[in-house]
Amino acid sequence: MTDIIIAGIGQTSVAEHWDLSLRELAHQAIAAAISDAGGLQPQALYVGNMLAPNLSHQAHLGALLADFSNLKGIEAAALEAGGASGGAALRQGYLAILSGYVQTVLVVGVEKFTDVVGPETESALATATDSDFEAIQGLTPTAQAALLMRRYLHEYDVPADGLAGFALTAHAHSVGNKNAMFQKPISLEAYRSAELVSDPLNMFDIAPVADGAAAVLLTDRELLPPGFPHPLVKLAGSASATDSLALHDRLEPLAFQAAGTSACTALEKASLSLSDLDLFEYFDAYSIFAALSLEATGLAQPGQGWRRINEPDLLPCATLGGLKARGNPGGAAGVYQAVEAALQLRGQAGASQVPGARNALIQCLGGPASSAFSHVLTLLS
Amino acid sequence: MEVPRHWRLKQQRYGLVGEVCPHCDAKIFPPRDVCPSCGGEAKTAFAFSGKGEVYSHTTIYSAPSGYDETTPYTVALVKLAEGPLVTAQLTDLGSQKVEIGMPVEMVTRRLRSDGDERGVLVYGYKFRPVLK
Repeated sequence: MTDIIIAGIGQTSVAEHWDLSLRELAHQAIAAAISDAGGLQPQALYVGNMLAPNLSHQAHLGALLADFSNLKGIEAAALEAGGASGGAALRQGYLAILSGYVQTVLVVGVEKFTDVVGPETESALATATDSDFEAIQGLTPTAQAALLMRRYLHEYDVPADGLAGFALTAHAHSVGNKNAMFQKPISLEAYRSAELVSDPLNMFDIAPVADGAAAVLLTDRELLPPGFPHPLVKLAGSASATDSLALHDRLEPLAFQAAGTSACTALEKASLSLSDLDLFEYFDAYSIFAALSLEATGLAQPGQGWRRINEPDLLPCATLGGLKARGNPGGAAGVYQAVEAALQLRGQAGASQVPGARNALIQCLGGPASSAFSHVLTLLS
Repeated sequence: MEVPRHWRLKQQRYGLVGEVCPHCDAKIFPPRDVCPSCGGEAKTAFAFSGKGEVYSHTTIYSAPSGYDETTPYTVALVKLAEGPLVTAQLTDLGSQKVEIGMPVEMVTRRLRSDGDERGVLVYGYKFRPVLK
């Protein structure tokens, strides 16, 4: 079977890039990925983006970004799966190469949040919920996460500061990641005294949204140029699953079934099990999402994710800060995860390096795991 | 102006009309024509009692546009007496503290306004503490 190699990676910092447009952000990441791959040229471009039609009044990103990035003429299209859009684009790249119709694919995730602020941003984010039966009630994704967290604290008798471990872990790991929004550790005391945003969610339970773009260049191993300079990171497994869009349409809202199913299937495709993994980039848009993802994937027992994150034998998670500390670049998040996992497996993660990392699971979610995309990356020797 | 998309949901918004499955008797809200329990076709209309209890709740301070008049407001997952969960605002709370398990009942209230003088006022269900 074809070995799909992540030959090039590129990313901008996640920040308030007032001076850069959507297309400029994407181009920076694309150019960096192509350069990192030694100039390999893609035959197709897949764009992960969630909100450009709302926030930038810009749809049709495939043609826009192919043109602006000097790739005019190649196949290009955007994929949207809420916050999992980046994972959807990555999977499209994986499928395209496996299909045999293309051999080299550029996947870029890009999100431009900061051109608007306040109610407009909340309205745009709410389009990823059920418009007729959730958003119409004034529900926002943040409130949806708060509903989950309240129920979680209630059902499992978790203390008010029980989920602190996720923010503490993320911030501790982002020190040294120059692309992260926040590069400083935070204390338990800071978590405890943080302002409530949507009770019981506090400021540190929420990954801050900001602008960013990340890109990976995927290619068939046979096409790597002689003397390719990087350790070979293979995209070894990919899977996707869905759950009900609306939280209220689930029998068990605290079971992130799509997260569990997609992780399990991606591992199967890679012929690996959980115990083979050296790191897990979970989707910590909210700390409760991270807890439920640990439980859904089988890395923690139901109701124990909040404890598990503090246990030293848990594999490293959010190794370059996760969404919480690196920042949440919307539909680009899934591609950032791929870039970061590739850095870890290449041994290029600097101060955040997981020693000897060979196998990584990355997972991004749209809504409360209404969509889940999981990928497994492995280091080839 | 988005009249049709609200108009066609009037039975749900004003009457909490869902469906009942003729095969397994599951009660369904919102209506979806296919029973989520048994997979059978389920197009029989069923009006819910509007009684339920709070399954989870939170308060929203950063609202989407169209909801600023009532910000902050409380949103809940309400477990209806007949089974399904529904997402809805809680209203008429006064100084009452909201708790999981609190009995609530459906009322009709304004959900949102589209701003300008030609904007649509959308009405629909909210839930309030059961009147004693």
